[in-house]
Amino acid sequence: MDKITVSKPKKFKRNLIVLTILFLIVGSAWFAGFNVIEVMINLNKGSRLLGRMFFPPDLSYLPNIVDPMIETIRMAIVGTFIGATLALPVAVLVANNFIKSKLLHGPLRIILNIFRTIPALVLASLFVAVFGTGPFSGVVALSIFTFGLVSKLTYETIEAIDYGQVEALMSLGANKMNILRYAIMPQILPQYMSYTLYGFEVNIRAAAVLGYVGAGGIGQTFEFNLAWRNFDRVGTIIIFSFFIVLIIDLISSSIRKRLV
Amino acid sequence: MIEFKNVSKTYDNGVKALKNINLAINEGEFVAIIGLSGAGKSTLLRLINKLIESTNGEVIFDGNSVTTATGRDLINIRRQIGMIFQGFNIVKRMSVLSNVLSGRVAYNPTWKTILGLFPEEDKQIAYRALKRVDILEKVHNRASDLSGGQQQRVAIARALAQEPKIMLADEPVASLDPITTVQVMDYLKKINVEDGITTIANLHHVDLALKYATRVVGIKEGKLVYDVQMADISKEKFYTDLELVYGRPIHRDEVLGDE
Ligand SMILES: Nc1ncnc2c1ncn2[C@@H]1O[C@H](COP(=O)(O)OP(=O)(O)OP(=O)(O)O)[C@@H](O)[C@H]1O
Ligand SMILES: [Mg+2]
Repeated sequence: MDKITVSKPKKFKRNLIVLTILFLIVGSAWFAGFNVIEVMINLNKGSRLLGRMFFPPDLSYLPNIVDPMIETIRMAIVGTFIGATLALPVAVLVANNFIKSKLLHGPLRIILNIFRTIPALVLASLFVAVFGTGPFSGVVALSIFTFGLVSKLTYETIEAIDYGQVEALMSLGANKMNILRYAIMPQILPQYMSYTLYGFEVNIRAAAVLGYVGAGGIGQTFEFNLAWRNFDRVGTIIIFSFFIVLIIDLISSSIRKRLV
Repeated sequence: MIEFKNVSKTYDNGVKALKNINLAINEGEFVAIIGLSGAGKSTLLRLINKLIESTNGEVIFDGNSVTTATGRDLINIRRQIGMIFQGFNIVKRMSVLSNVLSGRVAYNPTWKTILGLFPEEDKQIAYRALKRVDILEKVHNRASDLSGGQQQRVAIARALAQEPKIMLADEPVASLDPITTVQVMDYLKKINVEDGITTIANLHHVDLALKYATRVVGIKEGKLVYDVQMADISKEKFYTDLELVYGRPIHRDEVLGDE
């Protein structure tokens, strides 16, 4: 039988890409002053610090951090609620299949993208400067961040709906409001609620850190104890926050699974 | 009832979907529109309730111009025109009842329909419509839980709830099996005969046109090439005529479910 020979696949291009990526990684590590010896020294320092935080943590401090934790959760709830509520009507306005006006969509989308890309922490420091320290600044920051996130995800969902249902409502004489109520909302509401819960999960984490810039919640307690080098209390705060975030994530994601 | 006067439609991409259509459809007729894929059948149907706008000419419904109607006038025309689709297009995440009641939105103030408040008489209209298509027992089911044939019947009930003067059907049975096809077509025919609702249906199967329609209109490359009252023509003549619409003779054995 004849032996079949095929040409070898050309690997040159692939090799070039691998080399380029490797070069970029090594190059940026060098540029950032990444140094293995220094890592080893710091690792040692770090493990000593970990020892003082967690072996053992100061559990008697637990009652003192319940209130700040509740404040953190409240900030996340209120921020998520305000942001997500504002996001729904704006998402409807921005979606290109409900109102067909590029003049309206362009500027609104740019604003949404800006809101979404600024980290909540940056927003919070901004609002602390404007409104002063405390949870109010944190809530405003979280609202804006949630607004950007949920409105973007929601308008993309609106643009992907089954347009046949919209046409059917149009054909029987429905006006815009009725089309919204009877063709668009039923299709997007489960996703919208799921995005809102997702926003809440993100916000719980963000809210825990916001105190660091003075925007209220558990972060403020954390920052205070770190400054006073109460590392065993810091350990308690970290453990407690970890469990709270974990529980909320579990509940929230199990609801989300059922929604969609 | 419906009149096309010199109607042409050119889509934005330059496709001339319809060319100079002149057609008058009378009250009570059951018109089948046949033609190859892309001939312009859906375009013709969608011009009647202005889901798309004509480029030239005028469409008249019940003495009123559809072409120039906007706002409240257009809504008043549309609510008298039922339409069903190949993909059913009922709202899957709502109950059967909400779907059928949505056929009444154009008869009620918007603030009420938004809150889902419909008067008792509208609910009675919805129940009667569901009963017409023998699916009243599913009234509280979620629409997505129904089979394709049942969904199409809900779509017919929604259209019936409009108390329409005409019914448009864009390939109403193209995604249904043969048994369900006959069921759905029988309902459309019953409504046409008993209520006198003028019916215009795009059909892909000429045997369905033969069985149900009182009149067959053929479209070829955007032009009206065939128009016949079925009472005036023999079955054999009809089959030989199909060459005018499809561009080549159609043999009897090419036709599905010939009875
Ligand atoms: N929205 C649109 N934009 C551009 N061209 C379109 C649009 N809708 C339809 N067309 C074109 O217009 C022509 C007629 O389309 P139409 O949908 O009316 O045909 P049809 O007879 O209903 O075909 P089918 O049997 O496949 O449903 C086709 O060439 C189609 O590609
Ligand atoms: Mg079509």
